[in-house]
Parts: sequence; C-alpha cells; structure tokens
Amino acid sequence: MTAALWSAGLATGLALLSSALSLLTARNPRSLRLLVMPVFGLAGLVALCAGLLALTQGGVATATLPLGLPWLPWRIRVDALSGLFLSVIGVVSLAVGIYGPGYVRSFERGRDSLPALGGFTGLFLTGMLLVVLADDAYLFMVAWELMSLSSYFLVVFHHDSAANRRAAFLYLLMAHIGGLAILLGFGVLASFGGDFTFTAMRSAELSLPWASVAFTLAFFGFGMKAGLVPLHAWLPEAHPAAPSHISALMSGVMLKVAVYGFIRVVFDLIGQSHWQWGVAVLAIGGVSALMGVLYALLQNDLKRLLAYSSVENLGIIFMGLGLAILFQASGHGTLGAVAFVAALYHTVNHALFKGLLFLGAGAILHSTNERDLERMGGLLRRMPWTGLFFLTGCISISALPPFNGFVSEWLTFQAALQAWQLDSGVLRSLVPVAAAMLALTGALASACFVKVFGVAFLGQARSRHVRRARPVPMSMRVGQGMLAVLCLLLGVLPTTFIGLLGGVTRQVLGQALPQATAHGWLWLTPIAPATASYGAPLVALALFTGLGIGLWVFGRGNRRVRRCDAWDCGFAPPAADMQYTATAFAQPIRRVFGLLFHIEETVTPQENGPPRYRLNVRDRAWGLFYLPVARTVERAARQVVRLQSGNVRIYLGWSLATLVLLLWIMA
Amino acid sequence: MNGTAWGLALLQALLYAALAPLLAGWVRKLKARLQNRRGAPLLQPYHNLYKLFSKEARMAHTASLLFRAAPYIVFVAVWLAASSIPLLTTGLPTAAIADVIVIAGLLALSRFFLALAAMDVGTAFGGMGASREMFVSALAEPAMLMAVFTLAMTAHSTNLASVVDYQLVTNQEVLRPSYLFALAGLVLVALAETGRIPVDNPSTHLELTMIHEAMILEYSGRHLALMEWSAQLKLMLYGTLLANVFFPWGIAQGTGLLALGQGLASVVVKLALLGAALAVCETVLAKMRLFRVPDFLNLALLLALLGLLSHVILEVGI
Repeated sequence: MTAALWSAGLATGLALLSSALSLLTARNPRSLRLLVMPVFGLAGLVALCAGLLALTQGGVATATLPLGLPWLPWRIRVDALSGLFLSVIGVVSLAVGIYGPGYVRSFERGRDSLPALGGFTGLFLTGMLLVVLADDAYLFMVAWELMSLSSYFLVVFHHDSAANRRAAFLYLLMAHIGGLAILLGFGVLASFGGDFTFTAMRSAELSLPWASVAFTLAFFGFGMKAGLVPLHAWLPEAHPAAPSHISALMSGVMLKVAVYGFIRVVFDLIGQSHWQWGVAVLAIGGVSALMGVLYALLQNDLKRLLAYSSVENLGIIFMGLGLAILFQASGHGTLGAVAFVAALYHTVNHALFKGLLFLGAGAILHSTNERDLERMGGLLRRMPWTGLFFLTGCISISALPPFNGFVSEWLTFQAALQAWQLDSGVLRSLVPVAAAMLALTGALASACFVKVFGVAFLGQARSRHVRRARPVPMSMRVGQGMLAVLCLLLGVLPTTFIGLLGGVTRQVLGQALPQATAHGWLWLTPIAPATASYGAPLVALALFTGLGIGLWVFGRGNRRVRRCDAWDCGFAPPAADMQYTATAFAQPIRRVFGLLFHIEETVTPQENGPPRYRLNVRDRAWGLFYLPVARTVERAARQVVRLQSGNVRIYLGWSLATLVLLLWIMA
Repeated sequence: MNGTAWGLALLQALLYAALAPLLAGWVRKLKARLQNRRGAPLLQPYHNLYKLFSKEARMAHTASLLFRAAPYIVFVAVWLAASSIPLLTTGLPTAAIADVIVIAGLLALSRFFLALAAMDVGTAFGGMGASREMFVSALAEPAMLMAVFTLAMTAHSTNLASVVDYQLVTNQEVLRPSYLFALAGLVLVALAETGRIPVDNPSTHLELTMIHEAMILEYSGRHLALMEWSAQLKLMLYGTLLANVFFPWGIAQGTGLLALGQGLASVVVKLALLGAALAVCETVLAKMRLFRVPDFLNLALLLALLGLLSHVILEVGI
C-alpha cells in the first residue's frame, strides 16, 4: 500500500512540476507542448497506476507531510475509495496529456498567456489529487480551494469575451459559496470529533440533528460543485468557456471530485444513514437528471450541450447514491452495495465518455473554429477518426448496450427494482417513480445525442469552413481513441471491473457483492442469477459479428454499393440548407416539455426576404433561484451601506464594538 | 443438455426470423379483407424480401459508411432482443444473456442507428423522420420499462424466462390489477414502437404523416430488405412479449419434443389472434396528429405507473 502512497505523491509532484515548467513557455512557446503537456500526461499515468495499485491491493496507507501549520500538519491517506478516484483523475489527465500538445498548438501564435494555461492546468491537477489524498479537513479545504481557484483562471483564460468573464465570476462565486458550506460541514464534524483529522471525525458520535446539519451542508456544498439542479446554472456557463481539454478535465474529473467529497463525508465520516437523506438525494438527483437532459436537448452550442448533459449524468450518479443511502438505512446492505456500485460505475463512465466528448468537441473547434451545431454537418467524412470516437462517446452516454453507460444504468435499475423489499409503502412507491424518471432521462439522452451526432457529423456541411475541415493531428486522435477504447472495454467486461470495485464497497459500506462476480466474466449477476443477468461480452460479440459479416462478406466483390443522387421528389436536388436543423430536431420535445423552460419565440415578417425566426431558451433556475438570491443579497448590502460614512473614527468605533462583542461571547 | 439447449436457442432465433414476415403478411391480409380488398397473398413479405435481397443496393453520394453499417446493426440488435424473449420454451440459455432491460436497451440501440442513418444522407425527410422517431420513443420507452418493471417486481426478476415461469407456477387464473394496467400500457407502447396506426402508418409514403418510412426512404436493395425485416421482427417481438408474458398458457418449460410442439402451436394461435386484433384496430382507428401522440403515450406511462404503484402498494406481501 505504501507503494500506492508513494506513487500518488509522485503524481502530485509531477503535476506541480508541469505547472513550474510552464514558466518556460513565456520564452519558448513550444515548450508547452513539448515539455509541459507530456509531464502533465505522465502525472496522470502515475496517478492511474497509484489508483490501480490501491484498488487491487486494498488496505490503507497514511503519512504526515512536513507541511501545514505547526500544530496542524497535513495528513494524506490512500485507501480503496481514494484509489478509485485517483485512477479516474489519472486516466482522463493522461488522455488530456496526450491530446493537449496538438490542441494547444493553435494557442502558440495567439496573444493568450501560455504560462497561465500550463501553470494553472498543473495546479488544477495538483489540487484535485490532493483533495482525494487529504486525510484532514485542513488539507482538504486547501486543496479544494486550489482546485477551484486554478480552474477559475482556466475558465477566464479567453478573457477577451465579456461572457467568459461573467461566467468565470459566477463560477468563482458559486465555488466559494459551496466551499463555505463544506467548511461549515467540517466544522460540525470537527467540533464533535475534537480534531480536524478525518480519523477523529470518523470516530465522532453525532446526534441526529447535528448529523443532519452536517449532511445538509455537505450535500449543498458538494452538490453545488457537482452542478445539481437548482444550483446548476453556473456549470453550463463556466465549463464551455475554458479551452476544450480543460472542459474535459472540469466536466470529466472535477465533478467527480465533488462526488468523492460527498461519498467521503457522508458515507465515511458521518457514518450514519437515514432514509430521509436517501430520499432527498434521490429526489434532487432525479430532478437534475431530467432537467439536465431536457436543457441539453435544446442547446445548439456543442460545448454547452455537453455541460448540461454533465448535470444530467451527475444527477444519475446521485440517484444511485440516494438509493444506496436509502437501502443502507433500511437494513438492506447488499442492495445498498448494488446501488453504490452503480453510482461508482457511472462516475467512472461519465469521466470517460464526457472527457471523450469534450475532447471531440475540442477537435471540431480546432479544425473548424465552430461550436454552433447549426453550422456543422458532414464532419464524419472530413474527420473519420474523430467521428468514430465521438460516435462511441454518443452511444456510451446514451446508455446503449454494449457500451459502458448502459451497464451503470442497468445496475441502477436493478437496485431500484428491489424496492419491493422496503418496509415502508411510501418508499416502495417512490423508488419506482424515480426509476421512471431515469428511464425517461435515458430515452431523452439518446434523442439528444442522435441530434448531436446527426447534425454535426452526418448530412452535408452547413457552412464553408466546416466543409473544408481537416483531420486533427495524430496526438489528438490517440487521446480520444484511448478513452473510446476504455468506454468499450468497461461496457464489454463489466464483471471484471465490478470485481475491482469490491474493495471500495467493502471499505465504505462494509459489504461486497460476492454474487455479482460469482458466475465468471461472461455473466453479470448483481443480486442472483435468477433475478437478473446480463451477458455483455455475448451481446457485443453478436453485434460485432453481425456488423463484420455485413460489411466484409456482403459488401465485397460485385455486391459493392453503387452511388447515386439522393431522392429529391422530382424537384431540386437536396441542398445543405434543406436539412433538418438542430433546432428543428428538438422542436417536438421543446413543445411537449415547454412549461419547464423559459422560451421566447418570435417570428418577424420582413419587407423583402423571408421572415426572421428568433428563439431564445433560458434556464428557469435563473428566475426561480438565482435572481431572487441576488436581489436579496443586493438589498441586504444596501442596508449595510448605511454603516459606511467615510469617517475613519466611526469605523474604528465599529471595530472596537465588534471586538468587545466577540470577547464577551468567547468569555 | 447444455449443447441441446444452445442448439434450441439457435433454432428459436431462426424461428423468430422465419416467422416474422408471416406475421406481417397475416396482419396485412386481414386488414385488406376488413377493408373489402382482396389484399396481397399471405406470403408476399417473403417474396418482397427475396426480391430486395437479390437487387442491387444503391446509396446517395452524400452517404457515409454509417449508412451501410446501420442496417446490420439494426437487424442484429432487434434479432438479438427478440431471441431473448421466450417463444416456445422458458428453459433456454439465451434468456440469461439479455434481461428485459437489456432488451429495451437493444431496441434503443437499433433505434439510435436507424435515426442516425436517416440523418446521414442529409435530406429533409430523413431528419424529420429521425426527429419524430426519437420524440415518440423518448415518451414510449419509459412507459415500456414501467410496464415490464411491474412484471419484474412481481416475479422478483427482470429475466423474462423467470417472469413467465413465475406466472406458470403461481398459476393465476385471474389477472392481477397491476397486470391489467401494465398490459394496457404495453399495448399502447407496442402500437407506438412498431409504427402502427394510430401513431404511425406503415403503409403510407405521405410526407406529413410518416415516421418510420421517412427514415428508410433512402435505402434500397439488401439494406432495405434488412430494415424491413427488422421492422417485422420488432412487430413479432412485441407480439411475443404480450402473448407469452401476459398469457403464458401453453409455453413449454423444458425441452421435450411434445412440449415444444405444444408451445409452437399455442404461440402461433396467440400471435394470430393478436395480429387479428391489430388489424381490426388499424381498420377502425384513424391516425393521430403528431402532437396528439404525447397524450397517447402519457396515457401509456400513466397506466404503466399505476400498474407499478398498485403492485407495490396493494400486492406486496400478500
């Protein structure tokens, strides 16, 4: 286990090193892709190895760092849970490290500050690794802030546009409100445990009201970072604003760090579970999943769409966690473990396919300078490899067999279907409703990604620069390909991977899933073979055999396909602007779920020329949640302004009064 | 035993593929008779498939490789999903490969590629068909899952063979209320998913009304044959799901020859009856406007959810 700890430390060091090395880029712009990004990727690789070591070996290793305050040293610890998240961070960082050199090349000629890009990317990775390694609240909060702040600078990297600056400010604000909640949550735990170390917090005995307070604070803080509805509105602003490989890190990895924090605090440190908490998490997760995918469907900006879909997927993860708490609290340990494994599986899956999709969006941006779906089209023929990998990501995220997204959704369904074992009638009927929401989410997600792939990669190009798109460099293709292969592997060999997760469930829930892996690698049977089984390798074998026979055997020789014109109904041949647009594709769904959005739709007739159509879809969370809060804060600030007289003596008086008050309270 | 079982499973899969055009022909024939037409012969779908397979396949200049790959993926996915539903007997190993959620997933996979293939050529029809298909299925899929979840929760298994076995073992002469709700919901979903009236019309090429036909408009030759065959398989899949899971009478539980024969006879009779009911429905109903379809499917979801709730509230523990 110490090997895992050492290599995790090495990974953190390498991340810091890549951050320091990026100072060289001020002189020599090429060193960003020749030196900084490779070191970054290496840090990812080492983190991945450390994580896999921790997962396979089991056990716990701790160390005290010679850093921090004299009476409050920093402690780090590697166990199975942190091992899993180390590998998630590592694998996406490795892909980004491979992909990055090609992508950042376009920045070399620009006016953008390269030391800032490389430096904050390295710090960002350092922060995330340290959050996962931290074994006391002090280091955890420092690392958390390091992660939030460095990612703020990455969001604001393209600071020429006012929209990006606004998005970044909103992100900073939200990150800090969330951080504050987490800090207060740790405060509650520390006051019962008597110390800031996680060991002390774990052994603390919390009364139910205080445990609920700590849970609420943690759920609020981590949920804010994870982008759960209704706190999500910052996420689709901030994630797309960053350069694409950073978006991949933010959506793919940073959101997972929030999931890690939630699991660490709620499952590990608080160590109690109550069904009310489970219901709250399940409900918020369900609403996030559904709203996230509906908003994603209506987006035409590819990166914004992907960001909204992150809200959806985090919702699915939290649904799994909610079910786990629910079953755990009702005394059904095995079922809790199934739901928990489903959540962990989806966490890994989302990191892989969302990373992949953001890298794909970056590749499109790189070669066409376009983020708007309405101007894309026909990219599959221009960029076949990126198209293939993007398709893999789309199938995976739409939860279709035999790819990885399906496995985690299947497990979540399996857990939800065991609701009949619960004692309370209300819960028994509530859980199936959540399953219905999950089913609707899955179906809408597949509609959403048919839209994305169909509009961007199929059909004909809708603008000139997209028609002339060129394939991206090899390094970018390899980065995407790696994640795509992992998506397929995790989909085809779920049993092997769930066996790997056994250490995490044993550590966190004290319960493993012996049944899941009992019938060999071919069969996934989470509860019992008679209850449910899924032969993922066989499904994949059948599909790929069918495809192979079809393309190679039938498509050869004189049975080749002859080309002709598309059917034009006897009128003009089909042109690019006759195709269905992204807006048109989503129109039926927009109409049916219209009440959930804030839609402004106007058609203005023009004197000469066709009428102009304007559509504006806004997030209802702004009007319902963000603006009232902002207005209240503003009103309160106006009251406080009265203190501000401009006279120094009065300010000193206020300070003295405060001091006296504090002394009185403390005494 | 194991070898025989896998052989039988293969046989069942082949039987699915062989019988699917017959069911489509039967429905078409009956419908024609009900409309006072003579109609094409019962075996016409076989002739059509044969003709299409021997014709040359053509595709548009703008089509990509995905257009060529899609028919195979769609066909294999639907076929695999169908083969996992017990047709003659419940004692087959294929049932363990795919439980009912995987079946729904495989159908979703076929729909995903069907819609993508429709968008590949870049005509207005294809996009329209894809958009409508994804819209209809987004509303139909949760209803379908809810309906089958009701069965799964009753039998404590998502494995369809176990569900059928459970039904046979408990030997319920009267259908439970939850089953009735689920059945009603699943019938509505089946109509929507197989593209029948009142949601879609399989025999029209009128651009304003079509969904499924709009998606396969660009296909020809063997590709079109596979697409049509998989649509027929899908009809048979839903037919078998309704017939064998809700009314499992006659299905074999072992692999004895007599039992298998009885299973075959009973499933043929049940599917013929279901086909007749479908033909009557298609004759007396009119196609709905597209934006009436959500009401239809919401009804299906509501029924399925009521089934599930009546199960968890009324029937658990009894």
